[in-house]
Amino acid sequence: MSVLVVVEHDRGTLSPATLEALAAARSIDTDVHALTLGAAADAAAAELAAHGAGTVHQVHHDLLADYGPEAWGEAVAQAVRALQPSAVLACGTDRGNEVMAQAAARLDLPFVANCNEITTGDTWTIVRVRWGGSLLEQCTLTASTKLVSVSHHVFEAAEAPAAGAVQSLSVDLDPSLARTVVAERVERAAGVTLATAPLVVGGGRGVGSAEAFAPLEELAGLLGGVVGCSRAVTNNGWRNHTDQVGQTGTRIAPDLYMACGISGAIQHWVGAMASKKILAINTDTEANMVTKADYAVIGDLHKVIPAIIDEVRRRKGG
Amino acid sequence: MRVLVCVKRVPAPGAKINITADGQAVDTAYLAFTTSPHEECAVEAAVQLVEQHGGESTVLTLGPAEADEQLRYAASIGVNKAVLLPIDTTDWDPQRTAAAIAAAIRDLEAADGAFDLVLFGNESADSGNFQVGVRVAHALSRPIVNGIKGIEVQGDTIRAKREGDAGVEVYAVPTPCVLGVKEGINLPRYPTLKGRLASKKVEVAQVSPQGEAGGQQMITLLQAAEQVSQTIMLGNGPEAAPAVVDLLEELGLLK
Ligand SMILES: Cc1cc2nc3c(=O)[nH]c(=O)nc-3n(C[C@H](O)[C@H](O)[C@H](O)COP(=O)(O)OP(=O)(O)OC[C@H]3O[C@@H](n4cnc5c(N)ncnc54)[C@H](O)[C@@H]3O)c2cc1C
Ligand SMILES: Nc1ncnc2c1ncn2[C@@H]1O[C@H](COP(=O)(O)O)[C@@H](O)[C@H]1O
Repeated sequence: MSVLVVVEHDRGTLSPATLEALAAARSIDTDVHALTLGAAADAAAAELAAHGAGTVHQVHHDLLADYGPEAWGEAVAQAVRALQPSAVLACGTDRGNEVMAQAAARLDLPFVANCNEITTGDTWTIVRVRWGGSLLEQCTLTASTKLVSVSHHVFEAAEAPAAGAVQSLSVDLDPSLARTVVAERVERAAGVTLATAPLVVGGGRGVGSAEAFAPLEELAGLLGGVVGCSRAVTNNGWRNHTDQVGQTGTRIAPDLYMACGISGAIQHWVGAMASKKILAINTDTEANMVTKADYAVIGDLHKVIPAIIDEVRRRKGG
Repeated sequence: MRVLVCVKRVPAPGAKINITADGQAVDTAYLAFTTSPHEECAVEAAVQLVEQHGGESTVLTLGPAEADEQLRYAASIGVNKAVLLPIDTTDWDPQRTAAAIAAAIRDLEAADGAFDLVLFGNESADSGNFQVGVRVAHALSRPIVNGIKGIEVQGDTIRAKREGDAGVEVYAVPTPCVLGVKEGINLPRYPTLKGRLASKKVEVAQVSPQGEAGGQQMITLLQAAEQVSQTIMLGNGPEAAPAVVDLLEELGLLK
């Protein structure tokens, strides 16, 4: 028995979720292998070894120079045929899930996405994420080779030095797979994003209009934070979807999330629950956001936010 | 352009998702139903593509008879045709679902001609298996990219945009192809009264689903562990501002 971990990287930059997948692999089996796709990932071998990879299989191919779901998925499928691991683990990220779905389709095997708990055996018993984390599912996985992805932030990455013997693995990729390799890329501008900001000032339907977001912008600006919103807001066209927090938006993890005029529907909550502290500002004491938050102010956000801005300015001495 | 879009009927829960006593389903006694936001956007994208390039759009679902509601909703915003693959339970496993959808697409294409584009959601709202679209694409030997937030047709190629951690990626995918769409690609329109009336008359074709059970089998649904916190009330109205700013200071956010 051996476990193969599909290493996630972007042009050689290792995804932190990969180290979690290695931790999950070690909890399943002592014989842990890692698979890196593309020459850019060769440099990761030492770090993979430090996190428990006994063997690192490196695949080099022109079609793997950049990300492409079909080329990556086919390479994983061929690695599985060649190495015959009893299980393959990937990161429960958009890329990880996409590559595993591709590999599973090509191998005609089941694939279980976003697993939180794995109990091995002939048939595996798994607890996995549903509804973006609002609900869980216990399921069984029956397959000759078990393909799963591991939820982010569930297994803790830890050093566990192993040999990390490097082996090269050759794959035969059909040139037609070039059709889904990234053709162009526009790099993201540097700066705080919704996903990384230390403070998020969120606005919901209670804000009332696009214009009424101005005070939220001002407060976020004063404190080096960014503005987020609920789906009610994006649906009304008040803000762009890139600001949406939740199951079908962005998952945030700021030091403080100020949720203003947001009721706290479960699909919004799953996107916000990783915040260290949550402060709800709402007229309704019974709102889910209020009862679940660490702190709350009951009142009209249109009066409360300007008062907070004044107080911040006063203390900053301006 | 002929476009097919695959949607799934799911409950629309509010503050909490309750589970039935037998653990087999979401308790929907007091819930409405919807399609996932990703798929609503896929439907809107199909309608827009046909508006721009001519042709015809079709919506397809595998689900209970009640999923007729989601098919007609798609029709009410402008989708031309609807197909239901009726099943008795609420859900089939992802391999079985994909096999049934792929088989149905082959039948539809044999009868009416190939689809230039098949659209899926990035993942279903409830089960989130992240694979049905990929499996269908593979079965049909067509390229697929997921997570798409922009579609531009350029002759026989679709330029599809996706947002990654590092930036925006563009894929140039030859048609016929399959795309998994994410919310944010567009702002779905609301149905007009006229659209709603017209959708009542749309004929929903029924195709009996064919597919073998796959290797993933649900045993039971479970509640996620809830974080319980005692909410500390900082006050009422604008008078609470000093307490809020104390908190900002305490958290090191007042720099
Ligand atoms: C599959 C699925 C996925 C979804 N994904 C997401 C997602 O990613 N993100 C998301 O946000 N939603 C998502 N939703 C939608 C979600 O269910 C809710 O509909 C949405 O979050 C509600 O937004 P809201 O809280 O702004 O609006 P409402 O629920 O209408 O709440 C408005 C709140 O504002 C308060 N309020 C009103 N006026 C004031 C005032 N003057 N001052 C202070 N408070 C005031 C009210 O008391 C109320 O609590 C999803 C739904 C489904 C079915
Ligand atoms: N029962 C279904 N009927 C039609 N389409 C489906 C069904 N289940 C999943 N899909 C489609 O496949 C996508 C991915 O689903 P999943 O693999 O469950 O995450 C969804 O967004 C839908 O577009």
